[in-house]
Amino acid sequence: MRWTAKLAMRMRMLFQRRKAAERLDDELSFHLEHQIAENLAAGMSAEESRFAALRSFGNPALLREETRATWSWNWLEAAVREVRYGFRTLGRTPGFAALAILVMALGIGANVALFTVVRSVLLNPLPFPAPNQLIALYSKADTGKGGSVAAADFYDWQNESHSFEQMAIWRWTGYNMAGARSELPEFLQAVTCSWNLFPTLGVEPTLGRSFTSADDTDAANPTVILSWSFFKRRFNADPSILGKTIRLNAQPYTVVGVLPQNFTYPDPKIQLWVPYHKGISSVILHSHYSHTSHVIARLRPGVSLSRATQEVSAIQHGIFARLNGAGPVTPSVVSLQLVDDVVGDAKAPLYILMAAVLCLLLIACLNLSNLLVARAVARRREMAMRSALGGSRMRLIGQQMTESVLICLAGGVLGIVLAGAAVQWLSTYWLALPRANAIHIDAPVLAFAVGVAFLAGILSGLLPAFLFTGAKVYAVMQDSARTLGASATRASLRKGLLIVELALTVVLLVGAGLLFKSFLQLGSVDLGCATRNVLTMRCFLRGDSYAKPEQIVAFQTQLLEKVRHLPGVAAAGLTNVVPGDGLYGDTTFSIPEHPPQPPEKRDSAIFRTADPGYFQAMQIPLVEGRFFLSSERLDNSSFVIVSQKLAKEFFPNEDPLGKHIAVSWRSPSPENFQIVGVVGDTRYQLNEPVRSTMWFPILSGIPGLAADTALVVRSETGPEALGIPIQKTIAGIDQDLPVSDVLTMQQVIGKSTANSSFEASLLGAFATLSLLLAAVGLFGVLSYIVAQRTGEIGIRIALGAQREQVLGTVLLDGLRPALFGLALGLAGSVAVVRLIRSMLFQTQPLDPAVFAGVAVTLLLVSAAACLIPAWRASRLDPMRALRTE
Amino acid sequence: MGKPNDLVQGTLDLLILKTLLPQAMHGWAIAKRIQQLSGEVLQVQQGSLYPALHRLEQQGWVTAEWAESETGRQAKFYSLTAAGRGQLEAETAHWNRLSAAIDLIVSEA
Repeated sequence: MRWTAKLAMRMRMLFQRRKAAERLDDELSFHLEHQIAENLAAGMSAEESRFAALRSFGNPALLREETRATWSWNWLEAAVREVRYGFRTLGRTPGFAALAILVMALGIGANVALFTVVRSVLLNPLPFPAPNQLIALYSKADTGKGGSVAAADFYDWQNESHSFEQMAIWRWTGYNMAGARSELPEFLQAVTCSWNLFPTLGVEPTLGRSFTSADDTDAANPTVILSWSFFKRRFNADPSILGKTIRLNAQPYTVVGVLPQNFTYPDPKIQLWVPYHKGISSVILHSHYSHTSHVIARLRPGVSLSRATQEVSAIQHGIFARLNGAGPVTPSVVSLQLVDDVVGDAKAPLYILMAAVLCLLLIACLNLSNLLVARAVARRREMAMRSALGGSRMRLIGQQMTESVLICLAGGVLGIVLAGAAVQWLSTYWLALPRANAIHIDAPVLAFAVGVAFLAGILSGLLPAFLFTGAKVYAVMQDSARTLGASATRASLRKGLLIVELALTVVLLVGAGLLFKSFLQLGSVDLGCATRNVLTMRCFLRGDSYAKPEQIVAFQTQLLEKVRHLPGVAAAGLTNVVPGDGLYGDTTFSIPEHPPQPPEKRDSAIFRTADPGYFQAMQIPLVEGRFFLSSERLDNSSFVIVSQKLAKEFFPNEDPLGKHIAVSWRSPSPENFQIVGVVGDTRYQLNEPVRSTMWFPILSGIPGLAADTALVVRSETGPEALGIPIQKTIAGIDQDLPVSDVLTMQQVIGKSTANSSFEASLLGAFATLSLLLAAVGLFGVLSYIVAQRTGEIGIRIALGAQREQVLGTVLLDGLRPALFGLALGLAGSVAVVRLIRSMLFQTQPLDPAVFAGVAVTLLLVSAAACLIPAWRASRLDPMRALRTE
Repeated sequence: MGKPNDLVQGTLDLLILKTLLPQAMHGWAIAKRIQQLSGEVLQVQQGSLYPALHRLEQQGWVTAEWAESETGRQAKFYSLTAAGRGQLEAETAHWNRLSAAIDLIVSEA
């Protein structure tokens, strides 16, 4: 039963401490009274007996303390006392406390925000059951990067492999949906997938049912599964839509299910899911040569990724051996975890940003340490007094640390609030961030925040605590106010901290500078066409009203005719994809006039369509030959225009005009197209090199291929104003046709540079913040040094030193740590910048312009920070200076 | 007259526990009792008595209660717990072993 008594005792000691203390006093005074009574009885006088009793009692405070030392929970009492005292001392200097808390809030907040993002995006598994078993399979292209998979390859893999529980295939696509009532027609992003995609992922629709294998056949009725966001937006989350049909590309599709709200694979923009056999043409469905789709699979338990990959690769080898002569078959297969597939390119930038915020936190800690050292120096006498009165070194250290930990915890709380806002902002504005909807602040993040705050507090408090509580603390008691210069060593410590701060700042500045230069380079890439005053928009001609080539061509001709007559339009043209908007597709070809190539060497070029007026509208120069004629359309459209690169690459010593290109894009076997012109090169994407391109007449009217229409309109008077009139014109020709991506060419380019600009801005913000902190730190140190040396400077001025000399000396004193910091930082940058090589575009990591720019910036800012204290020093009145003590 | 240092902490605990065996007492009475029973040889100082008493209380060997003393004032009376009794026996046995051993060496004159 002893333990119950002990427990009760401990509880009492915890919650009734004050009462116990009063009782102790009563007990001791009771004893004292008896002692006095005894002395009186022994014959002493009243006063004598009292004194004798008190003497034998000893030091009552010491007795009380020694008795209390036996109580439990003493450590807690001591800690509470330290914290209360810490609050009091911080409260006495609210300005310092506020500044310190703000600095730490910025550092800790940035870290918490980025940790949240890194954790949710990179570290958390995908929200599917057994996510480690999910993998993505890609064809291994020549460049070594993963490429899309041909449908027939997938079906062979599915039939012949044994390593997977399930395998599924999917492809991006889109559908026109006519407007109902007063709504506009819409172009909807969609995915066409094999029936078992959702079972492979382990996802069940919240309403209705998933696809069955019966849905995924050629003969099945078209069915569709809606995403939750589309269900909510277009149908107001009304479950009665299940079983009804909606018209996509003018065809009726039966709605069979609705997906859960949090399902956003592969992209939150996907609105519809359609079975694979219904969304892909029969030709492509059975082709080993059209690489269009993504494959995912769930491994069988116990099967390793490498073994499964090898098995599939072997199957693909077999296909390659069998069929490579007839078309472009990929030789092998590469795989990766599905989570890596989803996260992909975001890894490097995220880790780099994480490193940057850690630097920022370190700088904030150094700044705080600097501030605390300054405070500790000012409180040296107080520390010496405490030590003399019996404070152990551990207690004094504890006291210093308590202050810095309190500051950091307060900064941490504020930082969490800031981080919440930052995380919201990041997930909205960082467009390239995958899994952005999964980013939340949760318990482990909060634990991280508290941990970081503690660590920061201990780190910051370490230096002042240890340095100012040692054995030499008594020396300050003997420090006379008249002796000057005794504080030189203290200042050199702060200067040392400052050098490290400045070095870290330089590293961040160099990183930001390189990213910024990369962004500028990206923005200045020449696309090869007009980019100012050009408006673009897209429509996809699908469905019954565009099943025949004549219908497609009729629409396109009408459109061009009407648009060219709109006021303000200088030129208009049609293509399938504007330059800078992505690859979209390439095609293999051969040249009949040349000797036949061996089957392994497949020449391919980017596939584009154009109308006769397109090149002029986009101001793409004609190098040789001519543009398409208006008569070259429908059946009379076996003509092709090639880009300069294609001409140089494949017709190096001859004139390509009049020769032919054999392509099989509109018939199963290759057809000859006559080369009628050579035009200047255009880039399909800003950060990719130029590739050979071939242009076919869009007025050939091939359903599906020539039906993807991008209208380009050039106007000298401002193309944005033409957006509505053109859309009205289109609606006038076909009111059910949705128009999408109404963007100027500048905005199209902006899509490519958005990422680069965002990352550069973010890193730039961190670098600027740390520059600010370092400047403030430099200012503080130099002010302190001037204050310490006031007497000395006063003497110098009194003895005849010129003001300018004093200014110069102090300025130099302040700039020296800046120079050391700069040198250290530049050296550090050289080592570190190779890590961000993957994020740079046409920029060398060791770019001299960036390094020079950073050096100049740092020196200027340091000089500015040092100027005020130096100025003040030179303006000292020697009489006042000598009188201050 | 033994100085307080002569009484090692363990022995003071033993003496207090033994003194409390017959009845509950307050601190002053315990000190006087020890002085009396040892024939005025051992004088327990307050500086060591009260820390010892509080430690024994924290550990559960004794329990305390505030009651009216013989002078009419409130005083804190300590009494032995069952666990304390067991501890007393253990300490006594330990002390006997110790003093017998020291005896052996010292009487080897």
